[in-house]
Amino acid sequence: MLSKSQAKLFFLGGTVFFLIIFLALTVDTLVNGVPKHTHSDQITDQVKLGRRLWDANNCMGCHTIMGEGAYYAPDLTKVYERRGPKYIKTVLNFPGGWQLHGRRMVQYNFTEQEKDGIVAFFKWVGNVDLNGFPPKPSLQSEQK
Amino acid sequence: MKFKSQKVAYYFFALSMILLLLQLTYGFIMAFAHMGFDGLHSIIPFNAATATHKNLLVVWLISGFMGAAYFIIPDESDNELYSVPLALIQFWSFAIVGVIAVAGFHMGWFEGRKFLEIPRPLDYLVAINVILFLANIVMTIYKGKRHTTTAMVLTAGLIFVAVLYLPGMVWFDNHTVDSFFRWWVVHLWVEGVWELVMGGILAYLLIKLTGVDREVIEKWLYVIVGLTFLSGILGTGHHYYYTGVPKYWLIIGGIFSSLEPLAFLGMTLFAVTMYKKGNKKHPNKLAIYWTLNSAIVSFLGAGLLGLAHTLPGVNLYTHGTLVTAMHGHLAFWGAYASIVLAVMSYAMPLLTGRKIYDNSIGHLAFWLANVGILGMTAAFAAAGVAQVYLQRIAGMDFMVVQNELHPHFFVLILAATVLSVGVILYVVNFYKFGLPNDEAIVKEEEFKALQTN
Repeated sequence: MLSKSQAKLFFLGGTVFFLIIFLALTVDTLVNGVPKHTHSDQITDQVKLGRRLWDANNCMGCHTIMGEGAYYAPDLTKVYERRGPKYIKTVLNFPGGWQLHGRRMVQYNFTEQEKDGIVAFFKWVGNVDLNGFPPKPSLQSEQK
Repeated sequence: MKFKSQKVAYYFFALSMILLLLQLTYGFIMAFAHMGFDGLHSIIPFNAATATHKNLLVVWLISGFMGAAYFIIPDESDNELYSVPLALIQFWSFAIVGVIAVAGFHMGWFEGRKFLEIPRPLDYLVAINVILFLANIVMTIYKGKRHTTTAMVLTAGLIFVAVLYLPGMVWFDNHTVDSFFRWWVVHLWVEGVWELVMGGILAYLLIKLTGVDREVIEKWLYVIVGLTFLSGILGTGHHYYYTGVPKYWLIIGGIFSSLEPLAFLGMTLFAVTMYKKGNKKHPNKLAIYWTLNSAIVSFLGAGLLGLAHTLPGVNLYTHGTLVTAMHGHLAFWGAYASIVLAVMSYAMPLLTGRKIYDNSIGHLAFWLANVGILGMTAAFAAAGVAQVYLQRIAGMDFMVVQNELHPHFFVLILAATVLSVGVILYVVNFYKFGLPNDEAIVKEEEFKALQTN
């Protein structure tokens, strides 16, 4: 039967072994994978500004992006493609807060430059290769 | 209790109780908003409510873990806590940082990264606070007369919790990289080192409550935490699937996250077997209930419901929907909320000398809370599955689908009310214990006669 020291060895050995694999994959992902998948050369100062605003206003507290965040408001991964820049800019500073089908958004007071940053961030996110996410609705594609 | 300094734990437990009640309140605000009743929008917009709800969860659980450590480590090390004043400074600074963070959310001061919404300047204060805490615990062990595996696993868990907070404090220009390291914190916490903390507390409680030999319990503790890391480290990949990383994460994340339930199954079998082997003479029935509850419900919530949507083919459709909320609520309840409630149920009679072990309020609290959370899980499941079919399969608009989900949120609110009544009764019991009392200090191990089979 398993002894306590064997159990300890299993714990320490297993942890170290899988940690090393995990770190190796991390390096490969960051060095070889991410730049290609995310077009990191396209992260301009505008995109960075947009992401700062995305974080600072906790947009993830209602929306999801890449499917991550809260489930109160629509996923914005492909919002640039779906709505276009004009629509996005209108929503952000809409007087009284944008309201569609009953759910209210916070009214922001972004400058024109900030709005452009947010649009640039969405445009960049929309181009990231997300391994097929969000999925195409299967019922719709069959109908077409 | 054996040592006067263990009384420090009471502060952390009391803070946990207050924050838990607040967390529930914010949950209701969010559920009502989902049904269209967002009357508080101008004061507490949804994004402030989510940040508050999630961070209160994290903070009340960590407060519970800290309280547990201040109670358990002196007992296990057979020595007074290294410094009580240091622990009190740490407590008050912890509470103050928490209050500032929550107040900040209401004024729009965020970092906007799910679960890590606390703004960067406060992160540094959190880090200093945790260092104070760990220094106190480590010094206690160092000066202690006894070094047990249980204390080591618990402390190692707490140290890794602190270390893994750091990757969340770095700014990355690339959102994908930011997300990648955010999961180092969030995933490696709840599906990694928090399980070490949980395992340590669970082992301590089983040793105390069942009378099974320490060597046997601690051996299986190693096996369980071994399984946790064996599956959990590479299981991080299941958060990476759709974030802009290479495809191999789909395979690695899929395989290893599917193994994650094994650790929780181990936890369940471990606790139930030890309980059966034990002498069942311990009078603190409530502590036994909560301990077994944690071991069993964590397997259901974290293990099985996690497995239900972790495979890439399924997750492609459920990712970013209420299905995740279904899993999240029962997982946190089983694995972490229940273990904190268990250790409090065990510690409070010993801290205060009042023998509230087996009263009807306590049992009612236990059953109502569990029935409530299971009802909530069912409501989230129904809402989540409906959302997946309407939105992801039929291609209906997000908001149109959301309006169809109102009945499920009504059920959610009913179930959450049952949970809340249970929690309030638990808090009533907690209050009835009163303050910790020096008269409760005993030289000998309490229930020593019960702790040998």
